[in-house]
Amino acid sequence: MILWQLFVAFLYIGTFSYGGGYAILPLIEEVMVTNLGWLTFQEMTDILSLSQVTPGPIAINAATFIGMRVGGVPGAMIATTASVLPQSIALMILGHFLFQDRPILFMERALHGLRPGVTGLVASATLSVCLASLFFTLSPLVIDPFALVAFVTVFVLQHSKKLSIFKLVAIGASLGIVGEAVERLLIS
Amino acid sequence: MSLWQFFLTIFKISSITFGGGYTIVPVVRDAFVDQYELLDEEEMLDLTALGQTVPGPIAVSVALLVGYRLKGRRGALSGLLAAILPPFIIISILYFFYEAFASNVWVRAGLRGMSGAISAIMINAVYRLAKVSLRKHRLFSALLMIATFIISFFTSINKALIVFTLGLVGYLMFTFVPEDKIP
Repeated sequence: MILWQLFVAFLYIGTFSYGGGYAILPLIEEVMVTNLGWLTFQEMTDILSLSQVTPGPIAINAATFIGMRVGGVPGAMIATTASVLPQSIALMILGHFLFQDRPILFMERALHGLRPGVTGLVASATLSVCLASLFFTLSPLVIDPFALVAFVTVFVLQHSKKLSIFKLVAIGASLGIVGEAVERLLIS
Repeated sequence: MSLWQFFLTIFKISSITFGGGYTIVPVVRDAFVDQYELLDEEEMLDLTALGQTVPGPIAVSVALLVGYRLKGRRGALSGLLAAILPPFIIISILYFFYEAFASNVWVRAGLRGMSGAISAIMINAVYRLAKVSLRKHRLFSALLMIATFIISFFTSINKALIVFTLGLVGYLMFTFVPEDKIP
């Protein structure tokens, strides 16, 4: 019964969470905190901070976390599946029509507007990520030295050598850990 | 690329992209456009745009669509699974001791370096995406790109609405104005 409720709740959230990222939070608050009372507001904020230090979209993280709390591992599986189900069905239908050989005229025309626009969206997300990762605070501007060293190193490496993205990210993580070790040595 | 290799690539990408949203797009682009050369820049932009027309996280949509494009329906399902399994597994484990994890100094230091690296990778990707989107109809495309950037960065207008408007503008422009008249 509770698993069924969990399924329906996340099906609802998955259907209406347009826009991605933080757009899902008002929905989770409405359904989980206000209507069902499965989560306190404080716990919702905890999920948010957990999402920042773990990979993956907030929507998946939240579904897994709430599912675990309400119904253990089966709950987590049901909640996560339900939250991506509407999206997957819609994309399977879209893909079916799209990846046939003949191009769809109206889609071709719409893409003339979508291509440059999506580049603008990615640019905006990039600026947000850069600001959040390279600075501790924005006013006053306080630089995070570990992030900056990793940023510059990877930026230069990218243009001189052809390393895979996984190696570049691993180099970044190692530089952060080395930085922490150096900082401790200097202090002690 | 076999189905299994495709699954592993998305699985790895999904394990290292923090923060959600468009963060995954440049990383997927780097793997499938630059490294494996299975998609071209334009297709990558198209798949990203299409991913925005449905609800749910863009990371999941892009993984599913890239899978569909490369390997058909089975590819789509592998992409979907590979995108959601890493966060699912990690959150299920961390659920039990997340406070200790999130405040660990060494974990935080590694994450700070990682986010710096991701920033550099994203800037590089934006530069290349911009070059492709500005190849034809330069003025029209540049105006849309800059306007979208400003609206997206400075306002909290729903991204789905932005994407819908962009599609509409493209459709109307290219339906009612002859293509060689568009600057």
